[in-house]
Amino acid sequence: MKDFKQARWNEPVIFELGRQGRRGFIVPKVEGLIKECVGDIGTLLPEKMVRKSSLELPELSEVEVVRHFTRLSQMNYCVDLGLYPLGSCTMKYNPKIDDLLAHQPSLTQLHPYQDEKTIQGILEILYVLGKWLAEITGTFEVSLQPAAGAHGELLGALIMRAFHKLNGGLSERTQLIVPDSAHGTNPASATMAGFDVVIVPSDKNGCININALREVVSGKTAGLMLTNPNTLGIFEENIEEIAEVIHEAGGLLYYDGANLNAILGKARPGDMGFDIVHINIHKTFGTPHGGGGPGAGPVGVSQQLESFLPIPRVVFDGIDYHLDYDKPHTIGKVKSFYGNIGVLLRAYAYILSLGSEGLKTAAEISVLNANYLLKKIAEIGAYDLPYDTERVRKHECVFSVKGLKQETGVTALNVSKRLLDYGVHAPTAYFPLIVEEALMIEPTESFKKEELDRFVEAMRRVAEEAKATPETVLKAPMNTAVTRLDEVKASHPKTMILSWKMHQKRKKASR
Amino acid sequence: MIRYNFKRLKDRFERIHISLVQNLAKAISHPYIPNSEFKTKQSMLKELRIENIDELYLDVPNQYRLKRRLDLPSTKSESEVKHHIESILKKNTTNQDMPVFLGAGCWPHYVPAVVENIIQRTELLTSYTPYQPEISQGMLQLLFEYQSLICELTGMDVANSSLYDWASALGEAARMANRLTGRQEILIPQIIHPERYATLTTYMEPVEIRAEKVKYEKDTGLFDLQSLEDKVSDKTAAVYVENPSYLGFIESQGEEIANVAHDHGALFIVGVDPISLGILKPPGDYGADIVIGEGQPLGNHMNFGGPLLGIFACSGEIAMIRQLPGRVIGMTTTQDGDNRGYCMVLQTREQHIRRHKATSNICSNESLCAAASAVYMALLGPSGLRDLGETITLRSHYAMKRLSEIEGITTPIFQSSHFKEFTVNFEERGVQEVHNKLLEHNVHGGKDISTEFPEFGRTGLYCVTETHSQKDIDNLVEALEEILREGGV
Repeated sequence: MKDFKQARWNEPVIFELGRQGRRGFIVPKVEGLIKECVGDIGTLLPEKMVRKSSLELPELSEVEVVRHFTRLSQMNYCVDLGLYPLGSCTMKYNPKIDDLLAHQPSLTQLHPYQDEKTIQGILEILYVLGKWLAEITGTFEVSLQPAAGAHGELLGALIMRAFHKLNGGLSERTQLIVPDSAHGTNPASATMAGFDVVIVPSDKNGCININALREVVSGKTAGLMLTNPNTLGIFEENIEEIAEVIHEAGGLLYYDGANLNAILGKARPGDMGFDIVHINIHKTFGTPHGGGGPGAGPVGVSQQLESFLPIPRVVFDGIDYHLDYDKPHTIGKVKSFYGNIGVLLRAYAYILSLGSEGLKTAAEISVLNANYLLKKIAEIGAYDLPYDTERVRKHECVFSVKGLKQETGVTALNVSKRLLDYGVHAPTAYFPLIVEEALMIEPTESFKKEELDRFVEAMRRVAEEAKATPETVLKAPMNTAVTRLDEVKASHPKTMILSWKMHQKRKKASR
Repeated sequence: MIRYNFKRLKDRFERIHISLVQNLAKAISHPYIPNSEFKTKQSMLKELRIENIDELYLDVPNQYRLKRRLDLPSTKSESEVKHHIESILKKNTTNQDMPVFLGAGCWPHYVPAVVENIIQRTELLTSYTPYQPEISQGMLQLLFEYQSLICELTGMDVANSSLYDWASALGEAARMANRLTGRQEILIPQIIHPERYATLTTYMEPVEIRAEKVKYEKDTGLFDLQSLEDKVSDKTAAVYVENPSYLGFIESQGEEIANVAHDHGALFIVGVDPISLGILKPPGDYGADIVIGEGQPLGNHMNFGGPLLGIFACSGEIAMIRQLPGRVIGMTTTQDGDNRGYCMVLQTREQHIRRHKATSNICSNESLCAAASAVYMALLGPSGLRDLGETITLRSHYAMKRLSEIEGITTPIFQSSHFKEFTVNFEERGVQEVHNKLLEHNVHGGKDISTEFPEFGRTGLYCVTETHSQKDIDNLVEALEEILREGGV
């Protein structure tokens, strides 16, 4: 394998750059007549509220600004550079045409409160996208409002709340059940929506322990949050029985859509009995993740829950599209306006580009890629495959570094860091929590076989190094923009620096 | 003979079969999916000792396997997709086709080319949350700089690396105040954006926090300090004000309100439009404990209302920091101490570590919008932001002055200083009627607030920024003169 070297600019913080008097931008001058008409700025603002403290922002020319941020960008790995196998993150290719379309002024220059007559185009896109997402998930109606997956989860849990409230059962139904393999957002969203979290363990095959589920389900159960395939990449075969148990107890079934990519066009959550489904647009529908957002987290529901969706809803009367605020049972709003439209438009373009056949192919190849990696990595012999080793996985697979750690002292963290040196991003480490020293790998459909082989080769190398020269792995990474960071110092109350101002204060204090 | 012929026939059939399969495979090979190419796929299937991809789905119970194709359009070429979407978007009319005087939580501001260029760099655009900091320093440093610039602008010590928008930031701020004080009540201004209020209610309801509205002074719109004194108590978790307010006037009693809140052991939360802070006093200078706001004006397009950028900053006490929602980036060094570096910090507050005890469930935020804001603030600098604040103030005051000269219009309805937005009362004429006539003049008026706030009569909320030229404003004035002269319908 050829050496990888990331750019290393040692770029100063922006506050250390520039010089007094430099300008990066000229604000348009106010017309003379306006000044004549309204007089001096000083008379227009209340003296008490005028800024008196100087604004300590750096002063840079345009050229310096561009250079600084371009240099920073060169110290950032991205999916356009190569494999990004973070499990449950679905880092697939982000089509360029989608970005181009999202930058049309006919979208970017639209104000959300414009007259309906002037926004028929965007309303049409949102209306149709909602219908498509309902078809893909097998739900009745979709809200596009949530800004991210976790935001969708919050909305979903609030819909459960509203449903039980309307049926008079909210005071008893205080518990939301979450598997021990769930994403962290599930229990966090459940708590935010006011529920107590009840954890149900996995069985020896990595699926929900159905007997344990029966034991925790009761009249207190508001619902169950589940991702299927689960975080081990295993399809919950007993989904019919799980749905029965929850529904018989009067609860609702929630689908965490983080792993939806595996089943596009192959199976639908709504058909499996899920009442509420969220979709991670920035995962499944290939919109860029922007270093942490913006995403979009639409929520689809069954017919009986339709009335609880947030307002407004985009409706079509056969001629025109409208925003409908008249929904008496709605949970209200989870954010301003209608959702992350710039992201949703890209999803519309993505679905159109792939079409029904392409979406199915995406799912199939993502599963093929994951199982291919599973086989190849298992063959290395250094990484353990927990749970049913014979069983196929879906979009992702989870290995454990436990054995290698016992043998060499090299941990999942060390393996992750060493992989960076080979110019590939690391898998998700230490998740799901039910696997010790976990490495959770999701290749998606976007990478060619040669690239998967290269990843396997890197995994093999790291395992060999762990045995032969463990210090190479322990001190990794060496080829990235910085070497291993002191994350303990970064979070310690006495040493943490969360802003430049805090840094200056600490420096002053230490003098 | 028969056997020989049969074998040849069979071979031929097989060749035809393979070519058919290959053609079929070609038909579904997609540019985004390299391994959908026939030979590669076959070799991978072979590696897995299976013949068909459907064998990878045998664990999906038969009754749940979708036996039909999804009812969606079929695969389209890039040019078809482009043409299709552009032709739909063409049905929109934007502020490039007509001047639009709308604000109310999403505002038209100029986005410099540098900002657009930097955030479209694929290294930033197509990266994930920086879980592996050593290979993600670019985004991490950018977000650290965003946090630092926001701290300077708002006068606070610490900021997180973004929330979804102002409305959800308000919800998170109320819950943070509740966690810090153990109290269940938050005092808010009666004049508040209805969408912000609705979102706040959604966030508070599950944990039974109540919002109590403080009256406003009739003439000025400002916080009625007497009403505040009447309502504040040892049950108050926080007092919240907005500056500029929803209706554009500047709340000048920041210090007084902060004192009342602090005297009762409550937090003081201020919501801001950050574009005003080049010229207006930062909330940190009048006692704010938490500052929230909408960062969209700082280098982000309106995009029909999303994505937006939720600002969240607070004072530097450790108790506050521990209760912060969302991701925070910190500056540290490499383990050998030789170099600076950046990473996500205090993750024990967050959902992926803390799970049901996390301070919030937020995971994906609005990082790229925060990055855009950082580039924007760096580009404008102190003089740019001051000039911009002045330009907006002068232009909006010019609009108010010209409009107030028209018979049948009162603007603003409050005798207070305004920034960027202001109320326009049409006295005898319905706001919707005036709006429809304005559209005929190819001008889009402000937001009709007569149903939100019936007490203000037939009133619209207008917004003027640096994007509105004197000519745009004059056109608005002339159109309104004509409409109001014509008389009612």
